[in-house]
Amino acid sequence: MIPAAFEYFTPSTVDEAVALLRDQPDAKVLAGGQSLMPVLRLRLAAPETIVDIGRIGELQGVRDDGDALVIGAMTPHSTVQADPLVGEHARLVSLATATIADPQVRHRGTFGGSLAHADPAGDLPAVAVALDASFVIAGPDGRRTVAAADFFEGVFSTALAEDELLVEVRVPKYTGWGAHYEKFNRVAQQWSIVAVAAAVRLDGDSIAEARVGLTNMGSTPIRASAVEAALVGRPATPEAVREAAALAADGTSPVSDLNGDADYRRHLASVLTRRAVLSAAGTG
Amino acid sequence: MTRITVKVDGSSFTDEVEPRTLLVHYLREQLGKTGTVVGCDTSNCGSCTVHLDGRSVKSCSLFAVQADGHEVTTIEGLAANGQLHPMQQAFHENHALQCGYCTPGMIMQSLDLIADNPDPSEDDVRLGLEGNLCRCTGYQNIVKAVRAAAAAGGAQ
Amino acid sequence: MTTTEARPTAEVGNPRRRKEDARLVTGRTRWTDNIVLPGMLHLAMVRSPFAHARITAIDTEAARAATGVIAVLTGADIADEQGALPNAWAIVPEQKAPVHPSMAVDHVAFAGEIVAMVVARNAAEANDAADLIDVDYEELPPVLDLRQAATDSSLAHPDLGTNVSAVWSFDSASAGTGGDVEAAITAARDGGILIEKEIRQQRLIPAFMEPRSIVVDPTPEQMTVWSSTQVPHFVKIFIALVLGIPESKIRVIAPDVGGGFGGKLQFTPEEVLTVIAARRTGKPCKYSESRSESLMAAHHGRDQWQKLTLAATNDGDVTGLKVELIADMGAYLGLVTSAIPLLGAFMYNGIYKFPSYHLKCTNVFTNKTWTDAYRGAGRPEATFAIERLMDELAAKVGADALAIRERNWIKHEEFPFATVAGLKYDSGNYEAATAKARELFRYDELRAEQLKRRESGDPVQLGIGVSTYTEMCGLAPSRWLGSMGYVGGGWEHASIRMLPTGKVEVITGTSPHGQGHETAWSQIVADRLGVGFDDIEVLHGDTQVAPRGLDTYGSRSLAVGGMAVLAAADRVIEKAKPIAAQLLEANVDDLEFSGGRYGVRGTESGMTMAELAFAVFQGHKLDGSAEGCLDADATLDPEDFSFPHGTHLCAVEVDTETGATSIRSYVSVDDVGVVVNPMIVEGQVHGGLAQGIAQALFEEAVHDESGTLVSGSFVEYLVPSSADLPSFTTARTETPSTTNQLGVKGVGEAGTIASTPAVVNAIVDAVRHLGVSDVPMPCTPYRVWKALQEGAQS
Ligand SMILES: Cc1cc2nc3c(=O)[nH]c(=O)nc-3n(C[C@H](O)[C@H](O)[C@H](O)COP(=O)(O)OP(=O)(O)OC[C@H]3O[C@@H](n4cnc5c(N)ncnc54)[C@H](O)[C@@H]3O)c2cc1C
Ligand code: FES
Ligand code: FES
Repeated sequence: MIPAAFEYFTPSTVDEAVALLRDQPDAKVLAGGQSLMPVLRLRLAAPETIVDIGRIGELQGVRDDGDALVIGAMTPHSTVQADPLVGEHARLVSLATATIADPQVRHRGTFGGSLAHADPAGDLPAVAVALDASFVIAGPDGRRTVAAADFFEGVFSTALAEDELLVEVRVPKYTGWGAHYEKFNRVAQQWSIVAVAAAVRLDGDSIAEARVGLTNMGSTPIRASAVEAALVGRPATPEAVREAAALAADGTSPVSDLNGDADYRRHLASVLTRRAVLSAAGTG
Repeated sequence: MTRITVKVDGSSFTDEVEPRTLLVHYLREQLGKTGTVVGCDTSNCGSCTVHLDGRSVKSCSLFAVQADGHEVTTIEGLAANGQLHPMQQAFHENHALQCGYCTPGMIMQSLDLIADNPDPSEDDVRLGLEGNLCRCTGYQNIVKAVRAAAAAGGAQ
Repeated sequence: MTTTEARPTAEVGNPRRRKEDARLVTGRTRWTDNIVLPGMLHLAMVRSPFAHARITAIDTEAARAATGVIAVLTGADIADEQGALPNAWAIVPEQKAPVHPSMAVDHVAFAGEIVAMVVARNAAEANDAADLIDVDYEELPPVLDLRQAATDSSLAHPDLGTNVSAVWSFDSASAGTGGDVEAAITAARDGGILIEKEIRQQRLIPAFMEPRSIVVDPTPEQMTVWSSTQVPHFVKIFIALVLGIPESKIRVIAPDVGGGFGGKLQFTPEEVLTVIAARRTGKPCKYSESRSESLMAAHHGRDQWQKLTLAATNDGDVTGLKVELIADMGAYLGLVTSAIPLLGAFMYNGIYKFPSYHLKCTNVFTNKTWTDAYRGAGRPEATFAIERLMDELAAKVGADALAIRERNWIKHEEFPFATVAGLKYDSGNYEAATAKARELFRYDELRAEQLKRRESGDPVQLGIGVSTYTEMCGLAPSRWLGSMGYVGGGWEHASIRMLPTGKVEVITGTSPHGQGHETAWSQIVADRLGVGFDDIEVLHGDTQVAPRGLDTYGSRSLAVGGMAVLAAADRVIEKAKPIAAQLLEANVDDLEFSGGRYGVRGTESGMTMAELAFAVFQGHKLDGSAEGCLDADATLDPEDFSFPHGTHLCAVEVDTETGATSIRSYVSVDDVGVVVNPMIVEGQVHGGLAQGIAQALFEEAVHDESGTLVSGSFVEYLVPSSADLPSFTTARTETPSTTNQLGVKGVGEAGTIASTPAVVNAIVDAVRHLGVSDVPMPCTPYRVWKALQEGAQS
């Protein structure tokens, strides 16, 4: 099918983009288009205005900003995945990004688009939450920063207002941490049925710090705080990790669908958490 | 209507397009490059894969206006002087196609794959083609073809 | 006379690279959707979102006024013109079916049924206008479950008065092909083994990669129709019959067709409506479906419920099989919808010698997309049933899965074998195929590893699945089809034209869409006529070029169509003989044909086919005693079916923590008789395996409780990619068929038929010791996990 007609704008700065979002009727941001395009083609949405942010230089690329990395919203997945800074300081991001969709989609789909899209089965939101990323948002009244924990509000719903643009994401550095993204799906190109993002810092043989995020275990990404707390100070052994991972489903409210009911997802959450943490710790 | 200039398979074209025109429809309908085909409406099948500035993309998942000022290579731009491209030759030699509908997309994605990884293992190839569906071949001969083309230095 | 050398090499048996590739790898293909004609208009369809409803009003005013719109048509507008879509197979004389309109007039019976169409200047405008059409529906309760449908508690078509289309049965005792099943069951109950099992063959979608597309050019002289179909000849006849256009004024062309798998073995509403639009507007019209439309509205496949009772002795000798099945027709009958279960009905005994067999099949209507042929068509269902049962029997007896099969199968020296289902198996050697598969698979080693993993309680368990199958192919002897209630025949036609420059045109009535007939038919003709492979051009898929034919499906092309080509070649040789005799000034009896040349026995003198063709073209030296033409036609009706077979072995690893299955190795040894092109055969096997494995693990068309197709895109309908499938080890044994000249059998469907039970048997085998004796298809991780939970409780 062919999308319904729309007005098309290509702003070259963030300010221009925000002004368009404010002034044009029923405007929608177009980033990599990998989620938006199917929606338009199936005519599940028919915005009157499309604001293509692909030509705004400021939104591109990864940069080092002291104790954090800054990833521009329009940075394609393929760039993030291969970026040496991300590999060194936020390996969890590289690993999770590599599991998204397929190579063609990763060439176009963007880091910011995935987060702004806020699909509960999307892979990057749980990573952002686990790593305490913060989101820089531009609006008509200037810029604001929102913590990952506050950014995701529900299924396809975020703290972004309709006239706001996600500009970049700051990810604190996790240099030297072990990381693993354990994604469970039925076919390679499929979205996560459940996935677990884990990063751990070892002190000798025991776990000094842990970050665990859950994908598709509720309407928003979930930080498995109980698991994190239970891991700290414990040895990175299968037994200890298994015990902590048993807490993974605490406080989650996963959906039931063709791929599994809520019970199955809860069960998966703890199995995958164990595997993710052990792999992250290098003992899996 | 928006005016765009796109270089496709080595030639430059300037055209008026509706912003809603998908790149694949622009290629097929306005430029007559029907070698690139459409197999789905959810960006899953990869039949429409072309190269945009040298990287593989699904041409059903961007608008022609987004390609303005960029360079596109399609399956029709590979063979030169009546000689099949080594990847096309490898698909032929290894019986990597039956109905051939997925083939243009497969070949374009395979080229992207070996550009990144000139010596892919079987698993590398299988994973690298995860975004391209084929209903006929069961993939085995496609994997074989891609590895054969890689071994023959087909990345150029 | 010239003394040209005869060509030595044999083409048949050669892995010739395909002729058709040249255009396909370069993108110079001729898909229907590529066609652009001057003044061409575009169609968009409005489809019912409801599974079952009455149409109370359609407002088309806004659409008619929209820019670029030439016409808007509703069912009421074309009610008198559209006729009804045909079903070609009444499996019982009293078969019931609702009228099947191309466009619903006042009642819709499945979600996706067409209720209106827009004809516009371009596709975008057609889509835009279609969005403006406002249809009022009064929803009716949908009938969605096939077993409930059989009870008639709620009706899919209230006017029909019942959901039951037909009940068909076969009984070996009354057919005289075997004993009484009930007696076997009673005996087994009293002191033997009785296995009762219910199996759900889920609904599948053929999902050919090229969505369907139709272009119609209505010139005053002729209605030219391009359609991405498997069956151009059928389409031509049915356009004539349904729309009242003289058959002689219709030309149907199937250009390059991007896969079919049975899914394009159909005469479709979209074809009728595009012809109507073209006829009404007098302009060329095009309709190309989107993938979502294709998944929703192109016919679906499988969807049966099987209740099986297998009786056996305590030693594992099968004494009888009783099958009760309900088949979901969906909302209407397509071309051969009603006969799909029948095509399986004769195969439930598989490769085994059963003394008694009974089958009862009930065809029912529901408010879902109509079903029809999908790769294997009836035979996968039958094979799955018997192969799952044989594994269950092995488990009950405590015997090895291969051993229990060997006990029951037909021995190679027993062919030809008359089966309990009334067929005559031509040839086979199950022992040889199984021995070869066993060795390639390292069966014993894997069994040892399996035991080890069981004993150590490994979270990842190993399972071995066996499937020894046969199938009937070469559809089909016309008299058999007639006796079964099919309106058409099963013959095939070919012509050969000997061109003056030594080139040869082969015209076939088969209509390939990926099977490589251009290559394989060239090989057959090259050998027979002794002309070069590259000197042969195979023409097909255009009713003006190949006026006679019955197209491609049912693994028939080689065994029937290929044999027609061979027969035509033989006629060419025959026709050339008196001419050669005359030109060589020899006695006909002194001529011998070999290597493409007629030679005079005992002399150097002779003429090649090319030389003869040129001499005939000139005609200078012909004395008129023989017709001056080498071209020949042949129509061939197959003598009988042929029965390929094989042994497939599959090893899976089941992660008992998540339920995930991964295929570790897969060996298939197929015996498809004599092979014309081993490369093409191997390709067919690979593709078939992928589709059969997909049924076992991935694919299912799921509807929600309102009858909406949930798996309506490739996001939910999981066609596996390269990353989801293993590589296969394929090998062959070769037992020639005895029902055709070349000894060939069919291969198009074998892989699909065999692999589904191999995979499911492997999964069950991996976790049987954990209390699991079945997993419904597709065996998703979730379902395997659930089965494990239930197994642990019991
Ligand atoms: C076949 C396929 C498989 C996929 N599989 C996965 C998967 O496994 N895991 C996964 O995580 N994702 C998957 N995706 C989605 C992919 O990651 C997309 O890239 C991503 O969801 C959206 O990014 P985008 O840049 O393409 O955004 P777009 O599609 O352009 O936009 C998505 C939404 O976000 C809004 N938006 C985008 N950028 C901004 C911004 N900077 N500020 C404000 N709003 C913005 C848009 O308005 C739109 O509503 C898949 C996609 C496809 C086609
Ligand atoms: S048509 Fe582009 S991915 Fe299917
Ligand atoms: S060759 Fe037919 S879809 Fe790949």
